[in-house]
Amino acid sequence: MSVSSTTGETSGGSWLYDPKVRSIFAQVVVVGSVVALFYFIIHNTAVNLEKRGIASGFDFLWEPARYDVTGGFLNVRSTQTHWDAFMAGLLNTFIVAVFGCLAATFLGVVMGVLRLSKNWLVSKLAAVYVETLRNVPVLLQILFWYGVFILMPKPKQSLALFDMFYFNNRQFLGPKVFFGDTPALSAAEQEAMIHRMGEVKYNKLVEASGGVENVPAALAESVKPVFGTGSWILPVSLIIAIVGVVLFRRWAKKRQENSGEQLPVFWISAGTIVLFPILCVLLSGTAVNVQYPELIGFNFVGGASIPVAFMALWFALSTYTATFVAEIVRAGILAVNYGQTEASFALGLRSGQAMRLNILPQALRVIVPPLTSQYLNLTKNSSLALVVGYPDVVGTIGGITLNQTGQAVECIVITMAVYLFFSLVISMFMNWYNKRIALVER
Amino acid sequence: MSDTLRPEDQLGGGLPERAPPPSTVGIQGWMRENLFSGPINSIGTIVAIGIIVWLLPGILEWAIFDATFVGVDANGDGSITRKDCLVENAAGLMTLEGACWVLVYVRWEQLIYGFYGSDGSIWRPTIAFVGLLLAIAPLLFDKVPFRRALLWFAFAFPFIAVWLLGGGEWKLSSVLVFYGLIVAILPLLFDKMPGREILLWVTKIYPLFIAFLLFDAILDTLLGFSIWNTLLGPLAVWEFSPLPALAEVSTHKWGGLMLTIVIGMVGIVLSLPIGVVLALGRRSTMPAVRLLCVIFIEFVRGVPLITLLFMASNMLPLFFPEGIELDKLVRALVVVVAFSAAYMAEVVRGGLQAIPKGQYEAADAMALTYWKSMYLIILPQALKIVIPGIVNSFIGLFKDTTLVLIIGLFDILGMAKAAVTHANWIGLAREAYVFVGVVYFIFCFSMSRYSIWLEEKLNTGHKR
Repeated sequence: MSVSSTTGETSGGSWLYDPKVRSIFAQVVVVGSVVALFYFIIHNTAVNLEKRGIASGFDFLWEPARYDVTGGFLNVRSTQTHWDAFMAGLLNTFIVAVFGCLAATFLGVVMGVLRLSKNWLVSKLAAVYVETLRNVPVLLQILFWYGVFILMPKPKQSLALFDMFYFNNRQFLGPKVFFGDTPALSAAEQEAMIHRMGEVKYNKLVEASGGVENVPAALAESVKPVFGTGSWILPVSLIIAIVGVVLFRRWAKKRQENSGEQLPVFWISAGTIVLFPILCVLLSGTAVNVQYPELIGFNFVGGASIPVAFMALWFALSTYTATFVAEIVRAGILAVNYGQTEASFALGLRSGQAMRLNILPQALRVIVPPLTSQYLNLTKNSSLALVVGYPDVVGTIGGITLNQTGQAVECIVITMAVYLFFSLVISMFMNWYNKRIALVER
Repeated sequence: MSDTLRPEDQLGGGLPERAPPPSTVGIQGWMRENLFSGPINSIGTIVAIGIIVWLLPGILEWAIFDATFVGVDANGDGSITRKDCLVENAAGLMTLEGACWVLVYVRWEQLIYGFYGSDGSIWRPTIAFVGLLLAIAPLLFDKVPFRRALLWFAFAFPFIAVWLLGGGEWKLSSVLVFYGLIVAILPLLFDKMPGREILLWVTKIYPLFIAFLLFDAILDTLLGFSIWNTLLGPLAVWEFSPLPALAEVSTHKWGGLMLTIVIGMVGIVLSLPIGVVLALGRRSTMPAVRLLCVIFIEFVRGVPLITLLFMASNMLPLFFPEGIELDKLVRALVVVVAFSAAYMAEVVRGGLQAIPKGQYEAADAMALTYWKSMYLIILPQALKIVIPGIVNSFIGLFKDTTLVLIIGLFDILGMAKAAVTHANWIGLAREAYVFVGVVYFIFCFSMSRYSIWLEEKLNTGHKR
């Protein structure tokens, strides 16, 4: 047998049959046609944009947006720029993605474990949940939950829970906690209030309460920052607690290695992180004010509020993605040989310990890569916020800004860049985590 | 009981076999084993029963017992609306007690066909749907009566369906491109068919012809000169119907479940071959090809489908010279196919990587060309491995078709959304969306069950 064909030397054959020549020719053709296609597209786009009188470039970002961004977690006025609107959209996308991933992971792990339960009824219930929700489009689920939430009563007839939590067809409200002393209502805050409720309504309110200084406390506080002066104690004590816990865990591990004695590490760490900051805040005498939502006129003022659009989106995204997470978790646990469980028991571990120290670390190796793509999917699916009017990146820069300025190319490029960036960050983080837990082979 | 003694009975002196304890057999035993085997297990059972008792009666009452199903003009105001579902409650107010399925009953035609029926030609999509079932059956199952004939029909079906649903008259170039494809693919699928040699020539010429037409179109837009038009003269603009003439139904009238199935089917049929090509490209030894494929796949997978659809509806018109208007449906189809092809490529790549290197070397040793070794040796094995992944991709694609409502196409969800915003049906979002959800569930669930069945069927020879 001759090896000439693989090295590209042909003995007497035409160069037409030389794989190397053919490969170069094929690549030239492919690259050539792609370049030609791009030239065609760019040429046409330039001609079309000139005809429509649209100047390309990103200068429009610093022009007034001329639309309000509301219904998310950061309100932007129409006098602010497109860039500000974009930032608000970015924040909204970020919030829904992060909380969606957290909720989907929690619910997914619970459902995945329940589906493996020995209890027939429990595992069947989990199976029904998984099979139903994963086979229905997520867009439909978002619309469904939005349709259900906006059928709830109007703000005036809100469903109340302990006079603290209110649910109505606009938002879900709960108490808001303020740390530190809050200064009196400044001019800027007054302006913020005016923006929040409209000038006419604000003037009426001031008139009704007899002067600016008498405006209901809840209203005034609604625009105050959560962290006022003197609230530095909270983050500082939290950092101290975390550092302390890290040191404690190291010490506990060393102790266990030396003496074999185990401490309830988890409970001590969790307790320290929760209790130490609270204790510090209480002992230092930092003011802690809890503000409850209050019904004024037709709407609620004050308190922490979550828009219904966000609730519908978040709920649908997390319950939908959780079904996939559940299947991944189930597959991961099943992938660990039952001999491992038996081996743990033979070593005298309790079933919880066996799960935590033996089964789960091994299952995670199978679970993490597909879990990453579920996080990516959830982040990308959050763009469906558009259908319920939650102002995310697609709703602001990719939607209204695009339609107002006509800068289609720039807006879509920015929107896509945001998601590519999110995808990159999530994959990088999960790859790092995956490497950390991966099997160390010798 | 038989009278023959078993060996152990003979040895043991013939003590009669005793019945097992009642707590380990029968319903009681099963419950003990599966529901109440320990304290935690028992708590789980009680909680589960609690959830069922809490949810199920309410759901059943809403969906069935208190629901209104048939559209009768109950209040006699001359039209059937949500008002006909209202029931007087204890406080004397008219409210909706249960589900008002009348919405689905009244809007049935639009939910299924969109606005197709406005021409009175609903029989066309109906026949197309029956044809689809006939075409799919031999592809899904081995034991179907008249399987050979149906296979031929399945092959011709896409071309029949386009004519049946779209109708209208076509230019010669479109006819050649579209119906040329059927002739070009034919000899590749059937090894022993009459006249295969001649048809193989068509297969070879076809890509060149497409390349020529594309080149010609670019030439036309940049220089205003077209070889094709000059050569053929009036023939180039002559429009005719290749099959018996049917009235044209514009795609903006397509909608409902029919549109969902059209987008889903086109996506499924096209995304697999394109995905395979992309996957092969990504594993190619040619650096330029590999790089292009990687960029395409990673870009498409990194952005949401919605932004690609926006790109199609906002940017695509900019990409073409003025005067060329791409159909909205075609734009959506291009995006859906590209999107699912990128995902498909990654699934197929997984299969390709799972094939041992020896198989590639064996194919080379047989002196097969690259395409032949892929087509005959590698792909049949690789695709078989990743069938579950492929079907999962199909399910994802089918669910993703709902997104076309964002660029203004009215698929079944779009129709439902439009219905609940109508004054006649306000507040009936749950009914409409539950109906659409059930439709999607039926499709997706049966696809996933089929995949499991197929996996088991193909899992031969490796069983231990």
